[in-house]
Amino acid sequence: MKKSTLFDIISPVMVGPSSSHTAGAVRLGLLARNIYKNKPEKVIFKLYNSYAHTGKGHGTEKGLLAGVLGLSVDDRRIKDIFNSDIAKEIEYEFEYCDNFKYHPNAVDMTFIGENNMFISGESVGAGEIAVRKINDFTVKLTGKYNTVLIVYKDMPGMISQVSSVLQYHNINIASLFCDRNAKGKEASMVISVDGNISSDIVDIIEEIPEVYFVSYIEKLEH
Amino acid sequence: MEMNINTFEQLHCECISKNKAIYEVAQENMASSADISVDEVRAFTNRSLFAMKEAIQTGMLSRELSMSGMCGQDCHRVQKRFEAEPAIFGKTFEKIIEYALATSEENIRMGKIVACPTAGSCGILPATLTAICEDFNYSEREQINALITAGEIGRIISVKVALAGAVAGCQAECGTASAMSAAAICQLRGGNVSQILNASALALKNLLGLTCDPVAGLVEVPCVKRNPFLAIHSITAVELALSGVESKIPIDEVIDAMEQTGALMSPTLKESSQAGLATTKTALEVQKRVFG
Repeated sequence: MKKSTLFDIISPVMVGPSSSHTAGAVRLGLLARNIYKNKPEKVIFKLYNSYAHTGKGHGTEKGLLAGVLGLSVDDRRIKDIFNSDIAKEIEYEFEYCDNFKYHPNAVDMTFIGENNMFISGESVGAGEIAVRKINDFTVKLTGKYNTVLIVYKDMPGMISQVSSVLQYHNINIASLFCDRNAKGKEASMVISVDGNISSDIVDIIEEIPEVYFVSYIEKLEH
Repeated sequence: MEMNINTFEQLHCECISKNKAIYEVAQENMASSADISVDEVRAFTNRSLFAMKEAIQTGMLSRELSMSGMCGQDCHRVQKRFEAEPAIFGKTFEKIIEYALATSEENIRMGKIVACPTAGSCGILPATLTAICEDFNYSEREQINALITAGEIGRIISVKVALAGAVAGCQAECGTASAMSAAAICQLRGGNVSQILNASALALKNLLGLTCDPVAGLVEVPCVKRNPFLAIHSITAVELALSGVESKIPIDEVIDAMEQTGALMSPTLKESSQAGLATTKTALEVQKRVFG
């Protein structure tokens, strides 16, 4: 079971009305923003199940958009985000559907811009979230740790090469999650760490042969 | 070194053996687990405390309705009446009711609140803590001690029971909030460790089985008005505990009972709006009006 801390119980300071449907939605948007990094031209949000059915009464759509635009969970502007100037900077669309293979509070976010990216996540309760998919890769990102996402060619020794870089710089790995499309094809590694990873370390990982792509995803504020 | 405390028995032992208050053990463990100082833990707590008071102030002045139009003006109604005619139990009682409504109504109009432990139960602890601190002049230091005590109670409950209506019903949300409120006020009033745990146990025990059946799936009916009810409920627990009344069932076992009750509760009564108040004739009409 997920261990809560004292801080989890007496926070977050947030705009209401629901930790899962409002604050969780903002945090999903924020984490997706940290993953995508660039400013999107358009984002398509596909809301599932309870998010689709009761989202409107809980400001779920407002929260998702506000998060993508970089507003924090306690920003009073969330309430009127659709009429705000910052919302005019991007296009957005909402779709609704039922799919019981998905978590009750799930959302797919398709970012369209310089590059396109698909990010799927869920709000697992009390404002806690998890991003489960980035493009074709299964991942697990909670926004609680600074994380590196590495896409590379599936071959022996890749995990060891990456972890040696981290070890050399005295960075402790909190969790490691790997997935691949098929043997010898594209694979992904999601490494959550204690503390920060500087951009030079990210560059060093990027220089490892057969690493296609590295992205450093910053954790969300508490 | 951080001490891993997962039950109230462990917390009690730790407090007694080290001769410490609950808040002292809690703030030291939080500091150690997050690798920060005790002062930083207290500063974080103070920010929550500040935001709670801000929500009360904002909510006391607003009459804006929620998106469904069901809620948003009850705090105003109560304030108007108390101006004309005092409550039977006096000023502090009036404030607790007003502050709990102010916060809960602020929550449903998408205002800024502190989830404590959840957004639906956000009015309970801030109402008792703020009203009693105003009327009995407790210092900021004492208020932070009280909020940390409450947080530790909620944290240990959450080790066994997820604090979500969808998992264990409202007993886990507003029930936990009421137990936290009881602990905070008992700490303020000078209760010892046993009295604080008894106050929480008594509050929680009398809310077992509380279902989560919100009308139209919104955090409005019965949630908003449940907050002042359970804030007052927690004060009864404090007065009993401070008089030496004990919960015959120790708090860890009360939580076991809550977990079991939550598991046995029909999913239709756990935040799915498929039974109870949510499927009454009037509720279904509201649902149709709001969501079509």
